[in-house]
Amino acid sequence: MNIENAQWCPADTITGITDTLTATLDGIPLVIPKDPANRHYAAILEWAKIDGNTIEEAD
Amino acid sequence: MSKAAELAKAGETLTNQPSGRKNIVINGGMQISQRATSTTGVGNASGYFGPDRWKIHKDATTAGRLTMTQSTDAPAGFANSLKMDCTTADTSIAAGERLNLGCSIEGFDVQHIKKGTSAALPMTLTFYVKGDQAATYNVEVGDFDNNRCFYKRFAVTTDWVKITIAIPADTTGAFTNDSGESIALGFWLVAGSTYNGGTFVEDAWSAYAANVRSHSSNTQFFDSTDREFFITGIQLEVGSQATNFEHRSRGEELALCQRYYQRKSNGYLAGNGAGTNQIAFGVPLPVSLRATPSTPPNFSMHRSGNTAATVSINQVTFNSDADNALLQLRTSGLSATDEVAYNVHINGILELDADM
Repeated sequence: MNIENAQWCPADTITGITDTLTATLDGIPLVIPKDPANRHYAAILEWAKIDGNTIEEAD
Repeated sequence: MSKAAELAKAGETLTNQPSGRKNIVINGGMQISQRATSTTGVGNASGYFGPDRWKIHKDATTAGRLTMTQSTDAPAGFANSLKMDCTTADTSIAAGERLNLGCSIEGFDVQHIKKGTSAALPMTLTFYVKGDQAATYNVEVGDFDNNRCFYKRFAVTTDWVKITIAIPADTTGAFTNDSGESIALGFWLVAGSTYNGGTFVEDAWSAYAANVRSHSSNTQFFDSTDREFFITGIQLEVGSQATNFEHRSRGEELALCQRYYQRKSNGYLAGNGAGTNQIAFGVPLPVSLRATPSTPPNFSMHRSGNTAATVSINQVTFNSDADNALLQLRTSGLSATDEVAYNVHINGILELDADM
């Protein structure tokens, strides 16, 4: 899976929780939940272990 | 075979026959294809491009490309098959290249195999295949929880052929009882030396090693643009006897597929304003999803009374009980900070992907 970028979404204005990120995987933009059972999130966690890859903070 | 032996065999079959649904594989008949019935240019990425649950796995860069189709070319008794048609050849397979067609089966659905115990049961895998010319590929049944694998080669001809493979019981390594991948079923169509450089072991479970996942003498599917591969009727069942394919109703098979992928189009969803820039809305699910889904961020959608307002998904949460996915839309220009009801019109397609 080719991961081009990943960025946390702004926190929920009601709960203050950040539990979603956006990323482009194999050229396709996706909203991805912070759920280890989600295959896209699992792939991003592996991607983020590689030096130089970072999940960017929310705007 | 003597009469006594026949009776003993029949008794064994009855004993090993599960009392519930027998085919562990979902959409083995390829009748459900929610994402697309045909996708061109497949080969530069892993993913789902045709019939539900059947995923292309690739590694390394390849020039090879194919079209994946839900085909109506099928053996008697089946309406569909999955067709792979090579459209761009790659006659120089690099070490790290691979192409396989796989299906992931979650741990909750395979506990009855009793793998990893002294009472472990054998399994039987059956499927129908056809090609444009003679070819040899191999199938992999992987125990994803314990890094163990079973392999078997099979031959393809220009006619539909039914392949039956006996998989012995494995008393090593139990399947984890969760929604994660436990069995990885894969049909190897292309493999470089990273995957076929070792000593291939057939008909027995062995520890995982990357270089024995395919056979060095196998056909490389990308060797010619003439190459075609058809497959359907895939059934993995408990027991040492192959039985007829379990044909399920369309509604039943669709529901099984929807645990992993659902799509909504051209409908209305009720939302609730949350602050000045968020709308939360629930997406009713016909079937509980396996996991919290991924979804595209910007599908064509507008809120009621203001067709010019653009919205994008900011957050995905999920009630795992689970008849709703809760999506949080981010927009602007809401008229109030208190709770206000909104109707959200989906102009395009909202995809919810919880596949493995």
